[in-house]
Amino acid sequence: MQEMRIVSVNGCLGYGFEASSLAAGCELDPAMVGADAGSTDPGPFYLGSGQSLVKPPQIRRDLGLALKNARAAKVPLVIGSAGMGGGEPNLQLFKKILLEIARDEGLHFKLATIHSEIPKERVRDAVRAKKIVPMADVPELTEEAVMDSVRIVGQMGTDPFAHALDKGADVVLTGRSCDTAIYAALPIARGFDPGLALHMAKIMECGAQCAIPLAPNDSLLGTIRKDHFLVRPLHKQRICTPDSVAAHTMYEQGNPHILYEPEGDVDMTGADFEQVDEQTVRVSGSRFIPTPRLRIKLEGARLAGFRSFTIAGIRDRTVIANLPIIEETVRAAVKRNLGGVPDSDYKLGFRYYGRDAVLGLLEPERNNIPHEVGAMVEAIGKTQEIADHVLSLARSSLLHCPFPGRKTTAGNLAFPASPSDTSAGAVYEFSVYHLMDVDDQLALFPLELESI
Amino acid sequence: MRSKNAGPFQITIDLMFNDRAVYDRVIGSGALSAKAIAPLYGVAEDLVRIMPFERVRAIKITVPRTTGEHGSGSAFDRDVYGAQQHGPLVDLRIP
Repeated sequence: MQEMRIVSVNGCLGYGFEASSLAAGCELDPAMVGADAGSTDPGPFYLGSGQSLVKPPQIRRDLGLALKNARAAKVPLVIGSAGMGGGEPNLQLFKKILLEIARDEGLHFKLATIHSEIPKERVRDAVRAKKIVPMADVPELTEEAVMDSVRIVGQMGTDPFAHALDKGADVVLTGRSCDTAIYAALPIARGFDPGLALHMAKIMECGAQCAIPLAPNDSLLGTIRKDHFLVRPLHKQRICTPDSVAAHTMYEQGNPHILYEPEGDVDMTGADFEQVDEQTVRVSGSRFIPTPRLRIKLEGARLAGFRSFTIAGIRDRTVIANLPIIEETVRAAVKRNLGGVPDSDYKLGFRYYGRDAVLGLLEPERNNIPHEVGAMVEAIGKTQEIADHVLSLARSSLLHCPFPGRKTTAGNLAFPASPSDTSAGAVYEFSVYHLMDVDDQLALFPLELESI
Repeated sequence: MRSKNAGPFQITIDLMFNDRAVYDRVIGSGALSAKAIAPLYGVAEDLVRIMPFERVRAIKITVPRTTGEHGSGSAFDRDVYGAQQHGPLVDLRIP
């Protein structure tokens, strides 16, 4: 095979994209259409709760167009990290929508669903067998963190995708997967260079984010050949430049030169980026270094409590100047008035937008007194009831809090809404973000094949 | 300049330069050192990684994430996507 063309629908199914871009890509005789549909970026909530960041009507629109175009072009549609977090509820929601679309449109195809939830006991045994290493800047994994997790998923590499395509799947729907595996599995299986395939996949997984104007919500074409690959946006109004593609190569990863994948590393130090025509960039020189040992990244989420918060404005400089004193006064008042709720059952946080809400103590300008700040008061409780209770006390105490030189005796806060307090539900945190030694990916990520 | 999560436990900041001469000057100045950056992000010096990417006239700085109790999106996080963490570098003086 001289070359293989692949269409990337967009950076995340549900973000939207130009229907004409995808249609233009599907007219170019691609070998497959791919889309990423998940990430850890929005935080641990989606893995922990099993909910999706993008809502069903958004998924229905994007997935419907992707499915219809791919079926019309008679090529596989490959979707990684379906439903955001990659857990079983995430995957099943996505699959349910897919089946509804298929029924409504009268589409028939061979569907491969690949699961990525890993039983906690499996991970605990790996901890005991010392087959787990932390990612950079992550503490060692403990058995306790594993068993406290609501769910744990593994990020599958290219093998499970290749296996599903080899079985003749027309649509591949996976739980949590490496973003690159979505696009790299097929070219690698067909004998293209894995270094080039994975590098191309890294660029394609964000849709047209590597183009100018950059946009995760538009389609991209990747063409892989023997010793190089090409990328170009599928919208006429966008272009790729060597700088835009090279810059995207290092996007959201800790090291600009190396891509770490389960099957090996891609060394991009020797990569060359050249303009081919107005829209297209050619990339060559990325080198694959196979790993001596297959390692799968695990992601786990555990419940960290329940949140309640309120937002209010402060437009009095004496209040703003006294916020540190006010905060301590409020904390003491809450503690005094809680009656029986132990300190360990709740935490209280204050954030001042306009002063230092984004950077906290690192904010170089936090001592300048602005004319207005937005206050967010946040309580995390062992239960929602405790969080609501703590917030209610903190809110009323902050509203009426005395401080030296106070003139605003009617109240320190401007609330934009009634009710002022929001019960925001469960708060999760990443309990596992580690690499696990694995012998066989196909055994870890079970495949389900069915005719729709 | 942009910042972003590199996974839930790291922030990565990309400084990209249009002008080769400016890039060379910044690299040559030594102003972007772990010693200068560590206090801006409240992390230990040996945890600051500074990696020039010459091909695109870029410098990547990666630090452990300190916002949030336990990684991105945990309780009291300030920036779930890590997209606004480049601020402390904006005022760094290049001699």
